[in-house]
Amino acid sequence: MMRIPCPICGARDEHEFAFGGEAHVSRPELGCTDEEWEAYLFSRSNIKGTSYERWQHRRGCWIWFHLVRDTVSHRIIEVYPIDEVRP
Amino acid sequence: MTGHRLPDGGARIDRSRPIRFKFNGRTLKGYEGDTLASALLANGIGIVGRSFKLHRPRGIVASGFEETNALVQLGEGAWTSPNVPATLVPLSDGLVATSVNAWPSPKFDLGAVNNLLRGVLSAGFYYKTFMWPNWHWYEGLIRRAAGLGRAVHAVDPQSYKALNHHCDVLVIGASSQGKLAAEAAARKGRSVILLDARDFAHCSKGVLSFERTVALGIWDHGLVLASQAGRVLHRIRAGEIVLSTGRFERMIAFANNDLPGIMLSGAVRDYVRDFAAAPGRNGVFFVNNDAGWEAAIATANSGVKVCAIIDAREGCNEGLVALARQLGIEVCLSSRVIKAHGARAVKAVSVRTRAADRHFNCDFLGVAGGWNPATQLWAMAGGTSRFDTASQSFVPDKGPDSLRWAGPAPTEAADIWFVEESNAKSSFVDFQTDVTVADIALAARENYRSVEHLKRYTVLGMGVDQGKLGGVSGARIHAAMLGAESGAAGPSKFRPPFSPVAFGLLGADYAGELFRPRRFLPAHDWHARRGALFEDFGWERPAAYPREGEDLHAAAQREAAHVRTGVGLLDGSPLGKIVVAGPEAGEFLDRVYVGSPSTLKIGRVRYGLVLNEQGTIVDDGVYARIGKNEYLLSPSSAYADRMVGLLDELLQCEWPMDVLVHDQTEELAVWTLAGPRARDVLLAMQPDFDVSREAFPHLSLKSGRLGDVPVRVQRVSFSGELSFEVQLPARHAAEMGDALMQAGSPYGIVPYGIEALEILRIEKGYIHVGTDTDSETQPADIGFGGAIARKQSDFLGRRALERKSSASPDRRQLVGLKADGPAVLPPGAHLRAANGESEGFVTSSAYSVTLGRGVALALVRGGQSRHGEQVEVFSLGQHWRATIENPVALDPAGKRLDG
Repeated sequence: MMRIPCPICGARDEHEFAFGGEAHVSRPELGCTDEEWEAYLFSRSNIKGTSYERWQHRRGCWIWFHLVRDTVSHRIIEVYPIDEVRP
Repeated sequence: MTGHRLPDGGARIDRSRPIRFKFNGRTLKGYEGDTLASALLANGIGIVGRSFKLHRPRGIVASGFEETNALVQLGEGAWTSPNVPATLVPLSDGLVATSVNAWPSPKFDLGAVNNLLRGVLSAGFYYKTFMWPNWHWYEGLIRRAAGLGRAVHAVDPQSYKALNHHCDVLVIGASSQGKLAAEAAARKGRSVILLDARDFAHCSKGVLSFERTVALGIWDHGLVLASQAGRVLHRIRAGEIVLSTGRFERMIAFANNDLPGIMLSGAVRDYVRDFAAAPGRNGVFFVNNDAGWEAAIATANSGVKVCAIIDAREGCNEGLVALARQLGIEVCLSSRVIKAHGARAVKAVSVRTRAADRHFNCDFLGVAGGWNPATQLWAMAGGTSRFDTASQSFVPDKGPDSLRWAGPAPTEAADIWFVEESNAKSSFVDFQTDVTVADIALAARENYRSVEHLKRYTVLGMGVDQGKLGGVSGARIHAAMLGAESGAAGPSKFRPPFSPVAFGLLGADYAGELFRPRRFLPAHDWHARRGALFEDFGWERPAAYPREGEDLHAAAQREAAHVRTGVGLLDGSPLGKIVVAGPEAGEFLDRVYVGSPSTLKIGRVRYGLVLNEQGTIVDDGVYARIGKNEYLLSPSSAYADRMVGLLDELLQCEWPMDVLVHDQTEELAVWTLAGPRARDVLLAMQPDFDVSREAFPHLSLKSGRLGDVPVRVQRVSFSGELSFEVQLPARHAAEMGDALMQAGSPYGIVPYGIEALEILRIEKGYIHVGTDTDSETQPADIGFGGAIARKQSDFLGRRALERKSSASPDRRQLVGLKADGPAVLPPGAHLRAANGESEGFVTSSAYSVTLGRGVALALVRGGQSRHGEQVEVFSLGQHWRATIENPVALDPAGKRLDG
């Protein structure tokens, strides 16, 4: 179980958080093709290594934030606000 | 095997404190300080269990975690714990233990017939044999025969505790190296925890020590779970972890090496030295390293006769040879034990020496096959291992910065894993799962090259001990047979727990009422006083209020009929109440709902659907506009929490708009008055707002007071009757309930529960999302296609609705079903098409007193264009005829809504 640094509350156990999937997946406009919509819904990079993710401090302050994590070692590399672009 | 207690010695036992315990029904005697294993040995108990597959008799082989044979079921009656290694059980007065995997007894075991068939019961036997014609024909039989121990069916009466700790340094293993590491860290002012499976002399101040505590595993970011005496779970978050986890001795595989009386050399030494428990009166040692000699000599020095040491190596330490000869021990170098003899215990061994084959009578045999460092926890924490030629073992290599190995140092041993001259089919590598040298050879011949595949094919390393005894040996034998380079393949992956543990301990602080806290209605006691039968619907809610002689069903029918003819009162407090406010609230909600909340007039209410991005309906409910920039959403009870989460996620992550979300669900209670007399009851409450049909129409909202209590009232209906949903501060819930019952008494008001509500809504074809819809149901499938066609802008799930599949005529759509005759169709029953396939299923069903027949809702392929069609309904071998109809069985024109 990881220790995750909440930007508001500090480091907390993983079970206080909810995983929100891959970060920086942008929602296509209504006029997009079926393939673009399918990619938005289902295609994820499933990275072995450095992964950009969304997390929420669900059983805490409810803030959503971005987290960069190594999916092999589970080392947490960086945390940055939800409204910031990928560093 | 003639185990007995030596007349003196035994560093760990206290002979002044005898203990009585029971094993397989026999009362036996031991001493304070004994383990169950040492006490059994001292009592001359040779056979302690049967092996998993072949049911061969097995005795104690080890003295610690690597014990693989002596698995016992502890306790009797309500509390028992299966598959506990007897070596890990401290003896206590009144302890009760029985053997596992032996029936009727370990001495005479019917499953032992498998042993006679072992020639055919090779690796992969089940996979190859029970394939034809169908595995499921055999499955039940095999499952009954398989498995160790017995699970308990009753609630575990033991109490468990969990404690959380944070420390800078955690040291696992109170060896001298472990203690040094702990004290050094404490001196630097760091917080230190030291734990060990045994009792130990404590360190200096500043080190928090836990005895009889076993680390079960290491997880991400330094989380360690540890079990103290099986009763206290320590959750330790450590900055740095130091491991001094010791080592496990290896067996050497030769014919019948699993006979009771054949033990690891270190175990013989431990039992004799620490417990004065001798495994027999005349021993032989078979070794490939000097440590084995030391064990043999220590055993002889303790007064147990050792007649020979068989060393597979050509030469060894001259001093040890001289010592052994002084003690009258015969020494055979370059020799191997090729077979052990005996039926239920070892009686003799055949030895091949350079000169000739020899025969030694003995009643125990100590085997020293070398030592493996206990790297299980090291590997779980992300450490790697490398093969060390001198010790013929896998030793810790590289690990994360926060992990350190603190011994023990490797013990030299020769490269001898099995005896080639022996019968491979009775040369055991993994005792618990009966994996032999022949099984590993077969796997190698069949090209199972990965050690993980070897594990799954032969079951090597599975079972309770997780390969502590045979895992490394098996991997090495496999590698040799494949011709792989020495050290190329380590043992299969170690998994937690390091040692077996009760589920109850892992769930220590989440059991019983703490597993999922109950949610109680603000007027819970009010309902209890009225005889409510509570059920858990996410909240504890009244299912019905049965009267004398009524069951749940009868009470629900009475209550539902009363709502149709008079008036009823429902506690709807779990209903979601979410205020969404701000300059952009309307625009935001337009993106959330299928409809357009921004077009709603103030004081009006509308029904809306919420979809996920796949276009599937995830919730339905009403929303009201309570101000220019203020809305009140009423998601269904089950979705309320998720709705708040969804809105918050959208505002934080997707659409940062000038909107605030305020969840009032638990602040406000809800009383719903429903029935033709509902308005009369409300009038009797003397409201300070107009409740007339004209001033307060269906789908509108008013605020005001009932007595002294501020209320918000919505005219919405989930029953199809005239209905007022009264929202008020939760603290007034019970008092308002009393007032409404009193005001309604002239009209015969009754409280009604969820079961009656179900009948009412099914009669009206009102859906319950998740019951009458599934993961494919879209708005058009329940008759809401028009709402989407009228709307221009984007909303959650809209793009998905434009896929071709959303317009398919074969989609499952909501319909009503009217059975021929009085039948009530069972939910889950399928509609069977002419070709025998299912074309849909019943989602909700009830008996309607009002209509005098059963009513049912169903999802049916192309159902909306099939009203009037006769269909066959099938469930669990029964058939019914039914007609597809409009889902709204009662009052399709909605005339009852106005009372």
